[in-house]
Amino acid sequence: MPYTLSINGQQHELDVDGDMPLLWAVRDHLHFTGTKFGCGMAQCGACTLHIDGVATRSCVLPVADAVGKAITTIEGLGSPAAQAVQSAWVELQVPQCGYCQSGQVMSATALLEQNDTPTDADIDAAMSGNICRCGTYPRIKAGIKMAASQIRNAGGAA
Amino acid sequence: MNINRFARNKQQPGVDTGRRNFLKVAATGSAGFTLGISLSAGAQAQAQATTASGAVNALEYNAFVSITPENVVRIYIKHLEMGQGVYTGLATCVAEELDADWQQIVCEHAPVDTAKYANLLMGQQGTGGSTAMANSFMQLRRAGAAAKAMLVSAAAQRWQVPIDEIRVNEGVVSHGSHRATFGELAVEASRQTPPATDALVLKTPAQFRLIGSENTLRKDTGKQDGTAIYTQDVQVPGMLTAVVAHAPRFGARVRSFDASAALARRGVRQVFEIDTGIAVVADDYWSATKGRELLQIEWDESSAETRSSDTLLQQYRNLVETEGAIAEQHGNAVDTLASANDKVELVFEFPYLAHAQMEPVNCVARISGNSAELWYGCQSATGDQAAIAQLLGTRPQDVKIHTVFAGGGFGRRANPKADYVLEAVNIARQLPDTPVKLVWSREDDMQGGFYRPAYAHKLSAALDDQGKPLAFQARIAGQSIMAGTSMAAMMVNNGIDNTSVEGLTEFSYEVPERQVELHTTDVGVPVQWWRSVGHTHTAFSKEVFINALARKAGMDPVAYRLSLLTHNPRETAVLKLAAEKAGWGSRELPAGWGRGVAVHTSFGSTVAEIAEVSVQGNNFKVERVVAAIDCGIAVNPSIIRAQVEGAIAYGLSAALQDELTLSEGVVDQSNFHNYQVLRMNAMPVVETHILASTNAPSGVGEPGTPPIAAAVANALADATGNTLTRLPLRLS
Ligand code: FES
Ligand code: FES
Repeated sequence: MPYTLSINGQQHELDVDGDMPLLWAVRDHLHFTGTKFGCGMAQCGACTLHIDGVATRSCVLPVADAVGKAITTIEGLGSPAAQAVQSAWVELQVPQCGYCQSGQVMSATALLEQNDTPTDADIDAAMSGNICRCGTYPRIKAGIKMAASQIRNAGGAA
Repeated sequence: MNINRFARNKQQPGVDTGRRNFLKVAATGSAGFTLGISLSAGAQAQAQATTASGAVNALEYNAFVSITPENVVRIYIKHLEMGQGVYTGLATCVAEELDADWQQIVCEHAPVDTAKYANLLMGQQGTGGSTAMANSFMQLRRAGAAAKAMLVSAAAQRWQVPIDEIRVNEGVVSHGSHRATFGELAVEASRQTPPATDALVLKTPAQFRLIGSENTLRKDTGKQDGTAIYTQDVQVPGMLTAVVAHAPRFGARVRSFDASAALARRGVRQVFEIDTGIAVVADDYWSATKGRELLQIEWDESSAETRSSDTLLQQYRNLVETEGAIAEQHGNAVDTLASANDKVELVFEFPYLAHAQMEPVNCVARISGNSAELWYGCQSATGDQAAIAQLLGTRPQDVKIHTVFAGGGFGRRANPKADYVLEAVNIARQLPDTPVKLVWSREDDMQGGFYRPAYAHKLSAALDDQGKPLAFQARIAGQSIMAGTSMAAMMVNNGIDNTSVEGLTEFSYEVPERQVELHTTDVGVPVQWWRSVGHTHTAFSKEVFINALARKAGMDPVAYRLSLLTHNPRETAVLKLAAEKAGWGSRELPAGWGRGVAVHTSFGSTVAEIAEVSVQGNNFKVERVVAAIDCGIAVNPSIIRAQVEGAIAYGLSAALQDELTLSEGVVDQSNFHNYQVLRMNAMPVVETHILASTNAPSGVGEPGTPPIAAAVANALADATGNTLTRLPLRLS
């Protein structure tokens, strides 16, 4: 049946089964391929996107449950926190293969939108759901700290 | 993949007197290889007509560099970018000699064309064995120098000035008041005669501006904003998605199946049998997966592997108590051991490991008549192309492969049997002219085989009265990675697969008598190289064993190693650098902490790692790792540090928790909930120090992995007094 999803500020109508995970709706039907598939069971974080500003694993969220929510994929990121994260990622050369990095950026952005002075423990807590097999963890952590200080200097994440 | 053996045997491209060495490598490494940078005028015209990119108007100076009138320098990357940084590293070599502006450089994967793009150390187009930089360093510098010479010669002609008065700097060619960008000279430059290889003058290391610089931003862009394209993201009009139901046990075949419920499922288009299982082709991945769940399949398991990994390891432990095939022999270690008064013996065990790269394997294929077109993170270009052509009964040149970024590889994508690639082709050929994306789920990937094999080792040493080894013996039992592959002829000699023993053969420590023996086992579980191949296990046993000898002798583990490395200046220097930077012997550790060291040489590079662990009861955490690497000239220090950090994380994951087991032939793990991998909360602080060097660049992607598990085990021995010999490491 048809569902209307609000993605990156735009309404998208699609006719899929309600139990289809949001991940596959955005990837296969709406062609937002920035959001990645890594495990399909909320274990790796590759599919992280924002639902009403909260980092969410889209591989286990049925389309039917995403109706009426504000969905942001990496293609729709634009907040100062997101920009700070993305520029830190480039400057510190965080990504290696990069496949996990959409999810890392989404989780890091959600963290910094809530907390612009994260401790190491805060970062570990927010980011340990995102696996990186290339082992970019030290640079992710450094990138979050760099972005956090940039956000603070610019006067906040909002 | 491992080609370390060739790399050791053949001289690598040198830095100063490069030409002779380079030609030698090219001539011995490959049949029919042509120097990509010295195309004749005719060949050049042909290159222009069929550019690597297929782009119109791009002026190709050689197989690797094209400069457009829009002032874009496009570099064709013959190696797969899977995170190791080849786009950036190889572009650096070209840009250095071309004196390009780093901003104007864009990279793209080269097409499959073995004549132009062979790996000079492998003789075929492909990526592996940490050879990308080692085999490209001189080749791509020459490519950049050749393109620059043509730009300069065009400028000299245009301005009517002597060639040697022309300057080139950051993408601008100048003479007195004359200035031109590369783009402005591109068309005229393309009409110049390409210079002969021996006429090229390369920079001296002192003249390097980009090589060794910290500021060359990566060229594999789009990874921070989701725009980078992986196989999973490839869209071809009319494309369908396929999944395959594989047998639960390796070696089983389909006996019969009922697809009626699957076919009735919304979105499912076709269901059919292929040689690896039952393919379900649907409009999208979700529909394909749901369709697969509805299949009824009966498997014929008459030739399936039904043993458990516990049973196999028990068998391996028994095997290492018996004499194996001799892989290496110096003196008479066996007799010396038999008559020794003082002897140490340790038995080691290693589980199967999955690669678990973040992007499960996948491949897009379209078969039309006699030709095939594929899109995927192609790592073994020549091998995959040949395998596809053979399957289709067509010619390699009728198989067109578009290489896209790979979401990690760690060995899995370079499959000597092209397993998942041929599976995609087998599906796509049933739907002529229709592009099909084969997607493996995480479960398919984890349970699909091609693991790092399980092994047992037994190491023995006879000691003199100082506790120094007089004789050393290593026995290894496990599956051969190379057996049954097209590389067996090269890599298996007299029944010895070099990748089973490398790292224990050519033992780096000075021991007068040595013997390495191998039991190659026959098991139906598919195995494959895994980041650093044989060194994944041999470095562990070697470095834990030597550490145990040091502890027994009551000597400091660094000092003990150094006393056995007097003939090995490279390992000595790297070990000393790591020890100094880690504060070995000077830095006080908190109570309950331990410190351990390991040093190992692989893929032409030497890495020492010093781990600090904190122990609480049966739990421990790796707090800090200090690494030192000698990888020759450091082309891009940031990428080298990133690779060492990543290699440590990858090896640490296996040291701490990765373990793949089988129960009666069925893989017990399926996804990241029961195949636990390293997460950020377990990642130590890592410091990497690069030894200054003027030697030719050597491997970087893999050599950081081998030492870490041993460094951690040795740190635990320091903290607890117990030597752990089984991976993953458990204190209880
Ligand atoms: S794909 Fe959703 S958490 Fe892994
Ligand atoms: S960058 Fe490769 S998995 Fe994270």
